[in-house]
Amino acid sequence: MAEYWRWTERRWQDPDRDWRDGELITAGVDVGSVSSQAVIVVDGELYAFSSMRTGSDSPESAKKAMDWALEETGLTLDDLGFVVGTGYGRVNVPFSNKAITEIACHARGANYMYGPTVRTVLDMGGQDCKVIRCDERGKVNAFVMNDKCAAGTGRGMEVFADLLALPIEEVGELSFQVEEEPPPVSCTCVVFAKSEATALLREGWPKSKVLAAYCSAMAHRVSTLLEQVGVEEEFAITGGIAKNAGVVKRLEAEIGVTALEAKYDTQIAGGLGGALFAQHLLKKKLAKN
Amino acid sequence: MITAGIDMGAKTIKVVVLRDGDIVGKAKTVAGFEARESAEEAYAAALEEAGVTTAEVEQIVATGAGRKWAPQAARDVSEVSGDAKGVINLYPGARTVIDVGAEEGRAIRCTEDGKVLDFALNEKCAAGAGAFTEAMSRALEVAIEELGPMSLNSQNAIPMNAQCAVFAESEVVSLLHAKTPKEDIARAVHDAIASRIVSLARKVGFEPEVVLIGGLARNVGFVDSLQRALECDVTIPENPEHIGAYGAALAATES
Repeated sequence: MAEYWRWTERRWQDPDRDWRDGELITAGVDVGSVSSQAVIVVDGELYAFSSMRTGSDSPESAKKAMDWALEETGLTLDDLGFVVGTGYGRVNVPFSNKAITEIACHARGANYMYGPTVRTVLDMGGQDCKVIRCDERGKVNAFVMNDKCAAGTGRGMEVFADLLALPIEEVGELSFQVEEEPPPVSCTCVVFAKSEATALLREGWPKSKVLAAYCSAMAHRVSTLLEQVGVEEEFAITGGIAKNAGVVKRLEAEIGVTALEAKYDTQIAGGLGGALFAQHLLKKKLAKN
Repeated sequence: MITAGIDMGAKTIKVVVLRDGDIVGKAKTVAGFEARESAEEAYAAALEEAGVTTAEVEQIVATGAGRKWAPQAARDVSEVSGDAKGVINLYPGARTVIDVGAEEGRAIRCTEDGKVLDFALNEKCAAGAGAFTEAMSRALEVAIEELGPMSLNSQNAIPMNAQCAVFAESEVVSLLHAKTPKEDIARAVHDAIASRIVSLARKVGFEPEVVLIGGLARNVGFVDSLQRALECDVTIPENPEHIGAYGAALAATES
């Protein structure tokens, strides 16, 4: 059976820099419930990262992601001065020096990725969704999260990609191929929304229209979470769903705020924040000795 | 007097035919995409069992989530009042009714004459409904009818961290990867849904006698978990999924 939910795993490395020219090499590993990222920074600048699916074993997933990020850099685990583990499986990163919550890491990572003007970060992850308010240094002031319910998470979108037999990376764009915006699906629960969608398909709705209805339901769900802390600009979206224009555009329309354009892979925010914290901690450690 | 009750559930449609208050026919069909057709089918089957013609039926009352779509019914009653009426008629001593169907769970507290004092329901989230066990049986690759007996063989109570059915599916897969016995996972599944139902029961301040109806009453694993969580026994009627329709048919005798 084709795995429509399966998104592309990827690795990136800065082609213009050599870590040998740097001093402080640190990493952050974000072991999420759905995806894992390992991010390497050299002197506080993004140098390389990997992003892959989390397996059934957290320590193993952390190691796989780290190995893949290190691959081709000529670096080994021993070259990393400090490693921070974050995400749902942060305590299960065997080679980390410290675990830091993903809330703190996401804010810190978004501060780097979108600049110090970011005040509200919406992280739409695989199995949770959080809204973080932060200051100009990326320090968390307030947050709310939903990690109890699949509605409004990447996992929910995966379920729909599977149901409609459409690749997850295409569903966002496909959702715009409608003559008119349909009303959102009425069920919040993903399980019930799936039954509702099946009934709509039977009624003759094209897949794109069903997707439009689901994307706007998801946007609405997330907007209620945003309302709880309020959206102070500037506003950024991280996580896998940030790549789904079908949800992002509808969310922007609903809240009347446009999100900053992403210059980096939106899935690395947590790992990158971890690597930046690691750099700070390494500096402190070196100063002490 | 011949009356009929039609319960238009989310997943199945149930019909009960009464002659002077006694059940003479009943039928159940899967609610297809054409609920009307499925209702017609169930109605015809129940009448056949009762040996009566459509012309002989004096009153028809519908209930259930899709009660407005019951083609034959002249009027309808809510699931809450249908359930209460059906249960109290069978068990006058019942004070609490728990109904767990495919896509809804509800707890009702009532008086001895079947009057509803309070009720709580979950229709928003699959975690507190039969759909949860269906999703878990798929993840476990165990037939839904086997899930209950299987969980009775469990030796260990293990916790289920996920509440959401979608997340619980992933958790079940992880537990299987970790070589957790399927029996223990099945029990964890039933414990999880039972705890959701008990929180509904607490909301209405349940008191014995507790009668359990709805399709999930047929799942012995869930019944076991529910009794443990409630810390009291529950009574289960012979045809637990037909009680709503029975209550509607009783309501039809009153009009």
